[in-house]
Amino acid sequence: MSTSAIAHAGHTPTTTGLDHRKIAIWAFIGSECMLFASLISTYLIYKGRSRVGPFPHEWWCQTTNATSATGPIAGCPAGALFKPILNIPVTSQSTFVLLMSSLAMVLALAAVENKDKPGWAGPGFGGRILESSKLWLLATALLGAGFLCYQAYEFTSFVHEGLTIRTNLFGSSFFTLTGFHGAHVTAGVLWLLTLLAIDVKRGLGPRDALLVDISALYWHFVDVVWIAIFTLVYLIR
Amino acid sequence: MATTATAPAYAGAESHAESGLWSWLTTVDHKRIAALYLGTALFWFLVGGLEATIIRLQLALPNGNVVSAEKFNELFTMHGTTMIFLVVMPLSAAFFNLLIPLQIGARDVAFPRLNAFSYWVYLFGSIFLNVSWFVGSAPDGGWFGYTPLTTLAYSHNLNIDFWVLGLQILGVSSLAAGFNFITTIVNMRAPGMYFMRMPMFTWMSFITQFLIVLAFPVITIALVFLQFDRFFGTNFYEIAQGGDPLLWQHLFWIFGHPEVYILILPAFGLVSEILPTFSRKPLFGYPVMVYSGMLIAFLGFGVWAHHMFAVGMGPIANTVFGVTTMLIAIPTGVKIFNWVFTMWGGVLRFTTAMKFAITLVALFVIGGISGVMHASPPADLQQTDTYFVVAHFHYVLVAGSMMGLFGGVYYYYPKFTGRMLDEKLGSWHFWLFFIGVNLTFFPMHFAGLYGMPRRIYRYDVGQGWETFNLMSTIGVGFQILGVAIGFWNFWRSRTRGNIAGNDPWGAPTLEWSIPSPPPDYNFAKVPKVTSRYPLWDVKSPALTSNIPHSPAEEASLDIDVGGQHAGRVSRAIGNPPGGPVGASGEAPAGPSGPPPTPRRVPTAKELGIPMPNPSIKPLFVALFMTLMFASLIAIHKDKTQLAVALVIVFGSALTASLYGWLLTPLEDEH
Repeated sequence: MSTSAIAHAGHTPTTTGLDHRKIAIWAFIGSECMLFASLISTYLIYKGRSRVGPFPHEWWCQTTNATSATGPIAGCPAGALFKPILNIPVTSQSTFVLLMSSLAMVLALAAVENKDKPGWAGPGFGGRILESSKLWLLATALLGAGFLCYQAYEFTSFVHEGLTIRTNLFGSSFFTLTGFHGAHVTAGVLWLLTLLAIDVKRGLGPRDALLVDISALYWHFVDVVWIAIFTLVYLIR
Repeated sequence: MATTATAPAYAGAESHAESGLWSWLTTVDHKRIAALYLGTALFWFLVGGLEATIIRLQLALPNGNVVSAEKFNELFTMHGTTMIFLVVMPLSAAFFNLLIPLQIGARDVAFPRLNAFSYWVYLFGSIFLNVSWFVGSAPDGGWFGYTPLTTLAYSHNLNIDFWVLGLQILGVSSLAAGFNFITTIVNMRAPGMYFMRMPMFTWMSFITQFLIVLAFPVITIALVFLQFDRFFGTNFYEIAQGGDPLLWQHLFWIFGHPEVYILILPAFGLVSEILPTFSRKPLFGYPVMVYSGMLIAFLGFGVWAHHMFAVGMGPIANTVFGVTTMLIAIPTGVKIFNWVFTMWGGVLRFTTAMKFAITLVALFVIGGISGVMHASPPADLQQTDTYFVVAHFHYVLVAGSMMGLFGGVYYYYPKFTGRMLDEKLGSWHFWLFFIGVNLTFFPMHFAGLYGMPRRIYRYDVGQGWETFNLMSTIGVGFQILGVAIGFWNFWRSRTRGNIAGNDPWGAPTLEWSIPSPPPDYNFAKVPKVTSRYPLWDVKSPALTSNIPHSPAEEASLDIDVGGQHAGRVSRAIGNPPGGPVGASGEAPAGPSGPPPTPRRVPTAKELGIPMPNPSIKPLFVALFMTLMFASLIAIHKDKTQLAVALVIVFGSALTASLYGWLLTPLEDEH
């Protein structure tokens, strides 16, 4: 078992000139679009249909189920009034972290592609930083893991506020949608750490660029899905 | 090549390595995987047929007493699920595996080990689904599994859990194969094999893979919701919590209707190979056949709600879906007419394969016409949930898909095994099956119009259904006889059939230029393709004088039927092992021709062709994945901790074997 094997294929010319894995990852991404489209549509269809709180954007009153988008509800017993559950400031931070991971991914790919051209990124300390594929792979994985920490925090606080996957339609569709996305991020982090391990063991060079390239396609796709989720679930009321 | 052909040391070693159980468990050869798919799918065909037989025995006479209502529910659910997911799709997959690389001039699929993985997932998933019979709770919610009937409140045994998890497992198999074949067709075509020169079977398979890749994620999510509702108490289909049962129906049919085309398009492709060969004419309107296939697939995503006219979506939705459904009849009708025009004026040879193919064309029209009838919402309201619908989809799937697939088996058996099927037994198989199918399913139209509902397990006397039901059951007897003769034919011809040679039918496409069965590397020399019918260019140029031979000609759609392009044919196929193609001038007349003497085919090593190494890892990954899914059953038994433990154990084993797979090279370093 050798780690060089993973990059070793495609020595026969292909019809399109592209590696098989590149075609396959695009087909896979097309398929994933339908997966997330089904999840997001379900969330949107069930939006506002929950019979009991907590709700995503509306103030809610535990005893009467009466809600209002504007604020406190008349007739709600003191202490039974709850805030909308989605925390947009915190989620904006986690969104920023995930988007920065895409930047790190781009830099990691550039570093691997140019490994045979020392000094390509310019002189000095900054250039050496840009040339380190290990650094940027690690950064991408860590930022992805950071996003997952935010998600764990979010899920935990929601549960403390009384929203579980069983509570109502919002809980079911929200946790399933974001949970599926989180699972995709987790798979991506493991993929990046595997690449990092290969890089540490034998070094990734331009001939391995495809390996990083397809992981980058996957990673950017998962990011794009998050942008859709952040917009449709969090920002739009 | 000729010099290396005298190395007997290799021959012995190779043949030893290629036999035995271990070689089948570790194979990554697309032709052997095709054989595994074929054998497994034919086995499940017998199981699904047995289920159908019991159903028909129960319904043969009024107030039948063969099985209980509960068993009857399990039987029709498993009959549908088996025939769709374990028979027709894998039979199609057998042909994808065998033919796509051969037809495009490739040495294997793009990802040989992923291909093996797809098969093993299918095998283990199908076993898992049928284990339910032995624990006394086979799925019983219909193949469509409508909620809320399938939610925990109304179905609290393991039945539906087996169904949900089984379909999830099988979905992985289809998706993995979908990515694999899309990549193969896009990226592994031989030089000159432009898209508009691909054989029609490869085209229809290509379109089918897109349907699979885009439709399966939707049912995956629908099943995930149902699974979560049942296992974790979510509310997706809980009406008391505001959940909408129509969500399931929409998600299911967004998958379910493309699935119909996933089942029929490969059979259409096979027929489009068989008819030109036995008519000695190129396929009529090749570009239009390609475009109509694409159009069927595209429109197929916009018609799903015609399965739901009776649920009250309102007149606008019903009208839109009625119209889009009727539109599909246009490209389908185009295909039917093109097949008819392919045969028109041809030199027809009524081999068994040809009989099956013509029968698809004829009987699919019956299913198509009743399909257009349901497309009209007012008519559908009368027909829905009656035996009329049962008659409709059996005409499409048995008289359509199965006829095409049987035709494919008769046509390609020589390429699979190197031996011919017996034409006399084949004729018995065909005629008994043909009579049986029509006797079984045609009376169902009338039973349905007289008001007999689907899925009832017994009916009272005096409603006018007795004769039709008895006829249907007698028809099953004919089908059983036909299939029994066919299977006997498949079995005995492996060793006793006539030697086939490269091209027993005088066919036009690349797969017939190489020995039967093909060597593991398929093509000793990768062919260069200059037209849609490379073998006819060489053997019978007169047949292909009307088809385009250059990209410019292919780009122009106004193909002159009387135009002459003779003289531009290529002789660059060049795959000698087994006798050069066209050496004897005209193609052999057919199966009655003298069998060519088998010559030893050189091995890949002798030719210096790098071949992928066999690997047991795809089997392990598939096994651990299936076990991981299967462990979730324990949640239902209130053993959540056991389930979590098992999922962790099998998940770790899955991850370990997956890393073992990915870090092992496909081929030896060189």
